[in-house]
Amino acid sequence: MARTVLTWWIPLLILQSFLLAIAFGSNEVEEEFSESLLLKPLPDRKVLAHFHFENRAPPSNSHGRHHHLFPKAISQLVQKFRVKEMELSFTQGRWNHEHWGGSDTLSSMNAKPVGVELWAVFDVPRSEVDTSWKNLTHALSGLFCASINFLESSTSYAAPTWGFGRSSDKLRYGSLPREAVCTENLTPWLKLLPCRDKDGISALMNRPSVYRGFYHSQRLHLSMIDSGMLLEQSLTVVLQPDTVYDGKDLQPSWSLSSLFGRKVVGKCVLAKSSNVYLQMEGLAHPEAHTLLKNEEFELSIKPDRTLRETSSVLFIFDIDKSSDSEPFDLSLTWKLPSKWSCQQAPLHASRFLMGSGNERGAIAILLKATESQDKLSGKDITNGGRCRIKANVFQIFPWYVKVYYHTLQIFVDQQQNTSSEVLKKINVSPSADKMSSGMMEMMLELPCEVKSVAISIEYDKGFLHIDEYPPDANQGFDIPSALISFPDHHASLDFKEELSTLPLLSKFKDKSLVRSYTEVLLVPLTTPDFSMPYNVITITCTVFALYFGSLLNALRRRIGEEERFLKSKGKKTGGLKQLLSRFTAKIRGRPVESPSSEPTAAAQSSVLSSKLLFKIILVAGVAAAWQYFSTDK
Amino acid sequence: MTKDDGEMVEEQKKKPCRFWIWALSSVLFRLILISFSGNLNLSSRPEVSTPLTSIRRLAEGYWLKQASMSPYAGSMYHGSPLLLSLLGPLTVQRVKGQPSHLFCSLVFVIADILSAMLLRGIGKKLQMAYGLNARLLGLVKSPRDKGILPCGDIAALVYLWNPFTIVCCVGLSTSPIENLAVILALNGAVTRRVPLAAFGLVMATHLSLYPAILTIPVIFLLGYGLDAPPLKLFLQTRNVESENRSTSSASKQAKSKPTAHLPFLWKTVVHFVFWVLVWSLCVVVLCSLSLSKHGGLEEMFRRTYGFILSIEDLSPNIGVFWYFFAEVFDFFRNFFLIVFHVNILFMLLPLAIRLKHRPCFLAFIFLAISSLLKSYPSVGDSALYLSLWALFVNELADMKFSFFLFCGYLGVSLLSPVMHNLWIWRGTGNANFYFGNAIGYACFQIVFVVESVSAMLNHDRALKRCNSNHQKVEN
Repeated sequence: MARTVLTWWIPLLILQSFLLAIAFGSNEVEEEFSESLLLKPLPDRKVLAHFHFENRAPPSNSHGRHHHLFPKAISQLVQKFRVKEMELSFTQGRWNHEHWGGSDTLSSMNAKPVGVELWAVFDVPRSEVDTSWKNLTHALSGLFCASINFLESSTSYAAPTWGFGRSSDKLRYGSLPREAVCTENLTPWLKLLPCRDKDGISALMNRPSVYRGFYHSQRLHLSMIDSGMLLEQSLTVVLQPDTVYDGKDLQPSWSLSSLFGRKVVGKCVLAKSSNVYLQMEGLAHPEAHTLLKNEEFELSIKPDRTLRETSSVLFIFDIDKSSDSEPFDLSLTWKLPSKWSCQQAPLHASRFLMGSGNERGAIAILLKATESQDKLSGKDITNGGRCRIKANVFQIFPWYVKVYYHTLQIFVDQQQNTSSEVLKKINVSPSADKMSSGMMEMMLELPCEVKSVAISIEYDKGFLHIDEYPPDANQGFDIPSALISFPDHHASLDFKEELSTLPLLSKFKDKSLVRSYTEVLLVPLTTPDFSMPYNVITITCTVFALYFGSLLNALRRRIGEEERFLKSKGKKTGGLKQLLSRFTAKIRGRPVESPSSEPTAAAQSSVLSSKLLFKIILVAGVAAAWQYFSTDK
Repeated sequence: MTKDDGEMVEEQKKKPCRFWIWALSSVLFRLILISFSGNLNLSSRPEVSTPLTSIRRLAEGYWLKQASMSPYAGSMYHGSPLLLSLLGPLTVQRVKGQPSHLFCSLVFVIADILSAMLLRGIGKKLQMAYGLNARLLGLVKSPRDKGILPCGDIAALVYLWNPFTIVCCVGLSTSPIENLAVILALNGAVTRRVPLAAFGLVMATHLSLYPAILTIPVIFLLGYGLDAPPLKLFLQTRNVESENRSTSSASKQAKSKPTAHLPFLWKTVVHFVFWVLVWSLCVVVLCSLSLSKHGGLEEMFRRTYGFILSIEDLSPNIGVFWYFFAEVFDFFRNFFLIVFHVNILFMLLPLAIRLKHRPCFLAFIFLAISSLLKSYPSVGDSALYLSLWALFVNELADMKFSFFLFCGYLGVSLLSPVMHNLWIWRGTGNANFYFGNAIGYACFQIVFVVESVSAMLNHDRALKRCNSNHQKVEN
């Protein structure tokens, strides 16, 4: 039933789009939408699926505020906050740089840190950047059902100058490593697509299969280009095909339906182009005539085109031809065991904590040479014949990790290096308590033959106010990922053939910076006793009352009087009687006759003390009288 | 400690040169400890280094300054810019490639020795004044009486051999320098070197703000002269004793004009105020010069005095404020800040009225109170007031609870690292363990202050009683 409704709707939609095309036919530039899916078997028996949706809109003034395909929510963001460029990513899982690639375009663009990462460049005066950022985080928070608004506070974002790879003083960067990414974030993201996940390639995004993967990262990149706005949405998933181990060490065979549990039934009718790519790396015989009929593997569908690149082969499939009766279900069957390795970044970065206890520690970033470095060392001979690898390290420290920048140490091949040899440039903006987070940007220049570089920096753990701890205080606090980028290395696919205008491929052909994010670190902080505020307040105040009272008492005490008082008390039993006798003595103007053993000393000081006692009694009497009369009325 | 003092005193009497042997051996002990300072790791103890006195923070401030940033950028350094220029270059000295704090340690050892010598000077003056007053009151007959203890030597040795001082010196906290400035102010006032007193006071205030309350005792010292029993006693005594050979300023004045009013040397005090202004101006100009490229003086005051007064850093120390302000509701934070700071000021006036005749003792009490109610106290502050306390061994000989207090201080200083270890390193204890220790320490300090004050007042009373008995006998 539903299928028949759909078949009715599609021609209608096509008709509508034709009508729209006629109505705006006079305009040269039109809104364009294209969808594509890249599939790539990975060396560790996994499959990478990269969905890419591109949405172009002409400059807003030509169409007013109306959009056909471009999501209105995003264009409003651009108008309101003057966003020049923005990238938001939601990631779960960690990109495995060793097995999934470190220096190709796919990994350098889509390997993102865990949680939410947001950066944006604004087109506003410098003083208003922070306000725009705050508003943007709130807007995005509402748009994507995520707590991006936590990036609003100045303690959670930073303004990178050059370490991020983009030099702009209107750039703000923030990340939330703790954010749990789930389907509630994917749904609003899919809502931005013209066909949502109802039709076309995005129909493959079956939630259980997407979230079952080892890694998934949904990304939204918005940039203002000459021809208007460009919105790129991409979802990168690493999936494990379900196979039984057959003992022959074959790579697992898979099909779209086995990976996602769904098939592609026709393209999204609003899309200009709709392609599926299959990228095969490390083929034994990458010659064109052996590709389609080979002993290594078998494809279920004959590719429309085949593109060769330096290290890989790309099969292009057009899904226009698929239909309800003949769904597009690409499958790959391996026949022979095959082994290959991915392109690696020049250095593999990892980060860890050192030290124990909750008082202090050290953060270490370890850069280890990878296999690809040998290849690079031949290529990058620059200044004076010495081969150098440049690496930028960009790191944000939350304020409760109080970093001592003077303890920065760099070990090259396990030998401590005086900073100036390796460290070419450093930019530090220290964190202020409860005010702003710290940021460190370093430019390292390393010899190519380097085996390992360790950067360590010491820190003290801060102590927070009881209200500043999250509900699960004992879990610890996250330090956002460090970003290691290699400014001299660019990732791009180098095709031998001339390309037609296929959006994803033209994207891949552009050079992009090789970058890798390190792990998120979990720092346990000391917690106060959360149940103690009242006890602490009362105990401390008691101690200070003790101090104040006892010191004041010591200052105003008269020892002589007290001794006399005690003696007279010992002599006369009744307190009232004694008081009366004293009172009468006062009235008679004579001192109390104290029968003490040394009358001389007592008589000497009794003048003074009797005066004081008289005053006290007088005050007491007045008070008693006043009390009596006041209660009487 | 009191026991040790007693023994030391006994030995002092036997051989005067013993003092120098003990002093030198304390210096040697420090030097030996310094060579192991890397293993002792004292500089990271919360009891030794507070956010204000930590050498690591100073090194960080110096690094930031070298990187052409304001030393107060970030929340690391909160000390004086002058100290940064003085000690900063020493923190980056390297021996065999490793950063070494050897030179810094030597500076602190020298500061400790100087402080001890200045204390000895103060003590000698006080001892002389004590002997003189005792003879004036007719309590002691011979000028060379054996009953008077050499309080200067005792105080200097207590300062040098106090474990708190040693730990602060070896642990590279800047408190030896702060203590030196305070002792310099007192020494200047006792020896009536007005510019020196003003310099010490201004520097001490500049370094740690709290010594500002010492203005009152220093003015009393300059105005009224050294510690003496209350003037009334002299007036009573003069009726009995006809001739009066006096050199003390107070008794001289009293002789010339037999009134109950103590003469006040306005001229000296005005001189002192003038010098305070001169030195403050110097400090302010130097600070603004060294910070001219960065935030300037406004930032300095915000990051030093503002940091002290607003208690922003909640890392644990031996005081009680860190936990209090970590737990107190934000709504009441300002109220309690005011209450606690005013607590120091409230006691100044009563103490000044009651102990007007003993300005040195007043200074000691003020320092003890400020170390008790400081935002970021360390054992260095205790070391200072404990050695000042030793200046009054003659007067405070019959102080109550001295053994109890000795045990208390010992127990707290042993338990504090244990509790800290349990809480921070092992995770088997919680913050209340360490806070309980801090509360205990605060209580012992309170008992110490109160008992010292009452012992001094009792001593004056005893003098009075003794004096009146004396009169009766003579009559």
